[in-house]
Amino acid sequence: MMRRASLVVGAVLVGLVLMVSLVGLVWTPYDPARVVPGDRLLSPSATHWLGTDAFGIDILSRIMAGARSVLLVGVFAVGIAALVGVPLGIVAGMNSGWLGRVVVRATDVLYAFPAVLLAILFAGALGSSTTTAMLAIGIATIPVFTRIARAGVLQVMSQDFITASRVSGIGWLRIAWRHVLPNIAPLIGVQASVSFALAILAEAALSYLGLATPPEVPTWGRMLYDAQRHLLNDPHLAIAPAVAIAGAVLGFNLLGDGLRDLLDPRLKEVAE
Amino acid sequence: MSALLEVRDLSVRFGRHRTLAVDRVSLTLDEGDRLGLVGESGSGKSVTALAVLGLLPETATVTGSVRWQGREILGLPDRELAKLRGQEFSMVFQEPMTALDPLMKAGRQVAEVLGLHRGMARGASRPLVLEMLAAVGLADPVRIADSYPHQLSGGQRQRVLMAMALVNRPDLVVCDEPTTALDVTVQARVLATLDERLDDAGAACLFISHDLAVVSQVCARVAVLRHGRLVEQGTTAQVLGAPQRPYTRGLVAVASLEHAEPGSRLPLVDDFARDGGAS
Repeated sequence: MMRRASLVVGAVLVGLVLMVSLVGLVWTPYDPARVVPGDRLLSPSATHWLGTDAFGIDILSRIMAGARSVLLVGVFAVGIAALVGVPLGIVAGMNSGWLGRVVVRATDVLYAFPAVLLAILFAGALGSSTTTAMLAIGIATIPVFTRIARAGVLQVMSQDFITASRVSGIGWLRIAWRHVLPNIAPLIGVQASVSFALAILAEAALSYLGLATPPEVPTWGRMLYDAQRHLLNDPHLAIAPAVAIAGAVLGFNLLGDGLRDLLDPRLKEVAE
Repeated sequence: MSALLEVRDLSVRFGRHRTLAVDRVSLTLDEGDRLGLVGESGSGKSVTALAVLGLLPETATVTGSVRWQGREILGLPDRELAKLRGQEFSMVFQEPMTALDPLMKAGRQVAEVLGLHRGMARGASRPLVLEMLAAVGLADPVRIADSYPHQLSGGQRQRVLMAMALVNRPDLVVCDEPTTALDVTVQARVLATLDERLDDAGAACLFISHDLAVVSQVCARVAVLRHGRLVEQGTTAQVLGAPQRPYTRGLVAVASLEHAEPGSRLPLVDDFARDGGAS
């Protein structure tokens, strides 16, 4: 029951974020970029459901418009990290020779670079944009996936069924794809949902530093930082983006958990 | 004509300290031969078998010679060995719990071996897989093939492993304590099936066990290992009926507890093997 519940709640939350971002593409209650000096810092009301910010911009409109960049950054950053990091981790875990060692060392080196440093590098080369943030956060997250994948692979490799596959003459690539990857998939899934949350927060931080999304494009992270200055007098500025971020992060976490339980036949048996 | 498998002076050392796990072991197997490899835990039985198949981790140093149909296979690159594995030799594992991939249906695991060596599509191999599952004594092959390992009993899993090992009709099947994890009644039936299938295929068998009763049921010849060394080798009747070495005598004595007096201390192998490991 609990498993089903987390899947449903997660799917609903993620679905909500998806829907809001889709609707935000074509329609928002007000223009999310138009400054209206007379409407500064209004409290939530019938005309402005979530109130307005320091520039008189409707907060609900900004939340809706910001959902898109949250999804873009989260999905692409985690996608880059997982697609590069997991294969590297599998190589590092399955190969105990020089190749595996090189991958582990290279991962350690990459781990030394924080996302901010990479973002400065990319911003210099590509200019500051959402793409810069995606690349920087994605690349900085690669070592996380490499390490978690390697740890999982080492554990799977010590089991007899891998030896059995080798006795059957199954090649490395096929063992990796058919036997190792499915067995570490739950680990990767959980890591992905956690990393997704971190990516959203990192994007907010990078936007604040002016290295990611430019100020005129609304993002939840940027709204949160803008709200800081008015936190004492107008806390409603911070509440909307904070709830949105928390909801999205929670949604992806629950969905990740639920999907893992749904896809793992061992757990499915227990649940039924 | 050369023997099917000829092992000469096989030694295995592990790790930095070069701990000796197997010490100059020599074995010969002809086609259809059944050799039991007997010894206590840690005597090097499994390591010997894994060394023969080239499956030891890279931390192991293997020396000596392993000839397969006259061809030296020790030190062959993995790619070359992979062609032999599954096709010419295969292995049945001790722990049916962990020797099957928990996320793959049993039928597919058997089919995977088939598809690999015969280039068979999944659909085409299905009848063969079902036939093989039936041949190893599984009553409902369709249901078994579509089950995940955790849905099967220990005996059923062990039979699936046997099907995997035998489906390509290999010339040599290494059985590493294949019945140790099963209870005694299931054990007897699984052994009988294994016996039949090996006969059908005309496959040779290297049978590893610490259970002398099991070995005598399956094997024509027995080799006794202790501390990585070959202590005694001969036909099953010779070795178990009239053991020459004190250590073997001890093994036989502790295995036949029906002769022990009630209330008396049970015999230990060490009572017989006072001559130490350097025999």
